[in-house]
Amino acid sequence: MSAIAFPVPDAGILARRAALIEGLAALLPPDCLVTAEDERRAFETDAFTAYRRMPLAVALPRTTAEVSAVLAFCHQQGVPVVPRGAGTSLCGGAIPQEDAVVIGVSKMNRILEIDYANRIARVEPGVTNLAITNAVSAEGFFYAPDPSSQLACTIGGNIGMNSGGAHCLKYGVTTNNILGVTLVMMDGTIIEIGGEAMDAPGYDLLGLVCGSEGQLGIMTEATIRILRSAEGARPVLFGFETSEQAGEAVAAIIGAGIVPVAMEFMDKPAIEICEAFAHAGYPMDVDALLIIEVEGSDAEMDATLKLIVEIAKRHGVKTVKESKSAMETAAIWKGRKSAFGATGRIADYICMDGTIPTGQLPFVLRRIDEIVKGYGLRVANVFHAGDGNLHPLILYNCNDPIEAQKAEDAGNDILKLCVEVGGCLTGEHGVGIEKRDLMHHQFNDADLHQQMRIRATFDAGWLMNPAKVFPLEGRI
Amino acid sequence: MTDIKRPNDEAEVSALVRDAAANGTSLRIQGGGTRAGLGRPTQDAATLSTAGLSGITLYEPAEMVIGAKAGTPLETIEKALAEKGQMLAFEPADFRLLFGTQGTPTIGAVAAGNISGPRRLWGGAARDSLIGVRFVNGNGEIIKSGGRVMKNVTGLDLVKLQAGAWGTLGVLTEVIFKVVPKSDTVATFVLSGLDDATAVTAMATAITSPFEITGAAHLPATAKSSEVAPGSREDFAAARNGIGGEGARTYLRIEGFPVSVDYRAGELAKLLSRFGTLSRLEESIGTSVWSAIRDAAPLAEPRDAAIWRLSVKPSEAPATIEAIRPAMAVRAFYDWGGGLIWLAVSAEGDAGATVIRAAAKAAKGYATLMRAPDAVRAVVPVFEPESAAVAALTRRIKASVDPARLINPGLMHAGV
Ligand SMILES: Cc1cc2nc3c(=O)[nH]c(=O)nc-3n(C[C@H](O)[C@H](O)[C@H](O)COP(=O)(O)OP(=O)(O)OC[C@H]3O[C@@H](n4cnc5c(N)ncnc54)[C@H](O)[C@@H]3O)c2cc1C
Repeated sequence: MSAIAFPVPDAGILARRAALIEGLAALLPPDCLVTAEDERRAFETDAFTAYRRMPLAVALPRTTAEVSAVLAFCHQQGVPVVPRGAGTSLCGGAIPQEDAVVIGVSKMNRILEIDYANRIARVEPGVTNLAITNAVSAEGFFYAPDPSSQLACTIGGNIGMNSGGAHCLKYGVTTNNILGVTLVMMDGTIIEIGGEAMDAPGYDLLGLVCGSEGQLGIMTEATIRILRSAEGARPVLFGFETSEQAGEAVAAIIGAGIVPVAMEFMDKPAIEICEAFAHAGYPMDVDALLIIEVEGSDAEMDATLKLIVEIAKRHGVKTVKESKSAMETAAIWKGRKSAFGATGRIADYICMDGTIPTGQLPFVLRRIDEIVKGYGLRVANVFHAGDGNLHPLILYNCNDPIEAQKAEDAGNDILKLCVEVGGCLTGEHGVGIEKRDLMHHQFNDADLHQQMRIRATFDAGWLMNPAKVFPLEGRI
Repeated sequence: MTDIKRPNDEAEVSALVRDAAANGTSLRIQGGGTRAGLGRPTQDAATLSTAGLSGITLYEPAEMVIGAKAGTPLETIEKALAEKGQMLAFEPADFRLLFGTQGTPTIGAVAAGNISGPRRLWGGAARDSLIGVRFVNGNGEIIKSGGRVMKNVTGLDLVKLQAGAWGTLGVLTEVIFKVVPKSDTVATFVLSGLDDATAVTAMATAITSPFEITGAAHLPATAKSSEVAPGSREDFAAARNGIGGEGARTYLRIEGFPVSVDYRAGELAKLLSRFGTLSRLEESIGTSVWSAIRDAAPLAEPRDAAIWRLSVKPSEAPATIEAIRPAMAVRAFYDWGGGLIWLAVSAEGDAGATVIRAAAKAAKGYATLMRAPDAVRAVVPVFEPESAAVAALTRRIKASVDPARLINPGLMHAGV
């Protein structure tokens, strides 16, 4: 199929492969350089598996100094690099190109320091999201942004994508939970951005680096905010007969001044898929399900839930089911967090990630249904309802090129719709290669040129993850 | 007298910047002019006032988002939000008292300065609430980034870049913030008589509890005698007129619905019992306490003192002051559980810059010279000096947005 173009590999670089590998080998211990074809294959793609490219070589450095040496070498040689965490990107952010060296941070996976009094941890970029929470949970702390992929994805990848999660409504996304990074730029220069104090003066380079999709440099260390967990948390299931009712209930809850920690939405196809996988006790006789989580002491949760239940009743809620035990809570979240995986068991799917103003929810859900049906396909919707970040999963058969193309087209139509109603192409998964060629729907040339000029202040030669984010045509 | 330009819309801003580019003349952007004394003093050909760019462009309470043209008075925004029971999460300051200025703070300047009040501890900084901007760059082009939805990772985040750039990366024309509900009950508590180190420990204990502290500040004592009841109106007035006039006071804030606030207050009192008795302030007194802390009111007088704002690793805050004290007379107080220190020192010489910056650095932090006579700010870097590599990057970023250095040139750093 390959509708999305990659830059033509530089034949000169391909021809120099042996010499380049020799150069890299001089900079890294033998176990930190992957050159054999069968071993490189593991780095060919990420979670956007429809596309793959075999990289020239894979470097797995263990220190900032090694990252700097490898980058300086590639810079001097004019060789592109692709930073990589765990490779769970859903937009192809970590997919290599044939003339590029992948620089993976998986060997830099230590937690360097945990400082509870100051609520910070210093970590290497390859540590997984969940490993951080696991390391601090005994003391009652956690790291807030919780992408569903948290078992596998790395903090470096999270910063690269400015990842979100189910609990972002209250705690914010990655950029709101990071205090500093060590960044190695393409020419090997190492800079410290931010640190252990709040709000570093000067340009907010930290904000710029968060979500920069591996285009500005490689992060080799991060200082992150850890938070004290609430005394308790309780998810409650609210089943509605229509998506409209569920959408209105969400707006009414927020309108009443209640910001639950999480408000997750699933439509009927998603409920069926997730229930079959996780046996979470989701109600099967409804068209829309909200998982709303509240936090605090038992009395506080009871009081908040009472308010939420009243509002839900005003909006025609059909079933209300509270988690009664830690096991039930775990099952409820397992169902939601495995939505993508569970969908993958019944069909191939592509996952959209547009965000819309929540007031447009009923309209957009209806349109999504029409769009996908128009292509003769099926869709399951799971998303973060409180912030309007949609994840329509378009089901298709990847062995059928026509159907695959239809799925991609339907996805593009949905994303255009998101922009038209005042939203954006991607709420948390990133642009990568997947949405690169749609950037013009959201930005005009002046906007894109300004972004590209800023990008170039970090990497004038466009060697860092160059195939991503910005349309290949019209680059500066 | 510099020439004052008052564009009425974004297109006029763009035209003015294009004119400036054609003539090679620089523009100083002015919002309400309430922070006129902040930054390096510069000599610009003209002032561009954003006063004509006023009005709320979008307010959707159910989506928790508000947008406004850059020159909209902060007051207008806060009033509109309050009517729907909402607020800006970061508690923006009003520096009129500190700077002795008139005028009215504008929402664009709030975004450009990224200055956050006591609630930053809980609700994040101004930059965390800012989700969309429109601005005119140095070529006169109108650029947008972010938007009205709170989850958005499409392209490079120029929104964050604008927050804290003090208008040196273009003229902001419109800003969009996410907002939060205002709590039914805002309760303030005070602990009395703690020394700085103990106060910071007490605040850390509170902040790392599950009870959601939305403010933690400490006003140290300068005189020890205390005839006045802690937490009374007279007591606070004394503190406001000069720090800790009546003994050290450590303030903590909890917000929420009444049942929840009462419960957490009880738990907090138990948790902090080893630091003394936690007494609850009358709500209106609490309000004045936090606005004074937010606006650095205790240091506003005397007017000739230099004012520094230090952001440090919270646990290192008391040591930071101790490191400065031998070199100069210092009046200081702490916000953000120690993470923020406001300092008043003599404006003589380098206004203490060398010693203060060394102390801040030892505490993994930064120091900004908020207030000092022009002559001092002309020679002492106002913003923390950057490493050579970061300074070079800063210059490149400025050049990528404003190549001829027309907009607020030199306001943050010489040559930027
Ligand atoms: C089943 C599933 C569920 C998911 N759920 C969510 C979700 O709920 N929310 C969400 O936001 N995302 C989700 N994702 C997407 C993905 O997990 C995130 O984007 C994640 O942050 C990627 O982390 P990673 O370590 O796998 O990074 P990669 O995929 O390896 O890389 C991501 C990007 O960051 C760059 N990068 C990686 N490391 C560095 C570094 N050290 N320095 C500089 N750049 C770097 C890469 O070049 C790439 O552009 C999900 C993915 C899957 C497969």
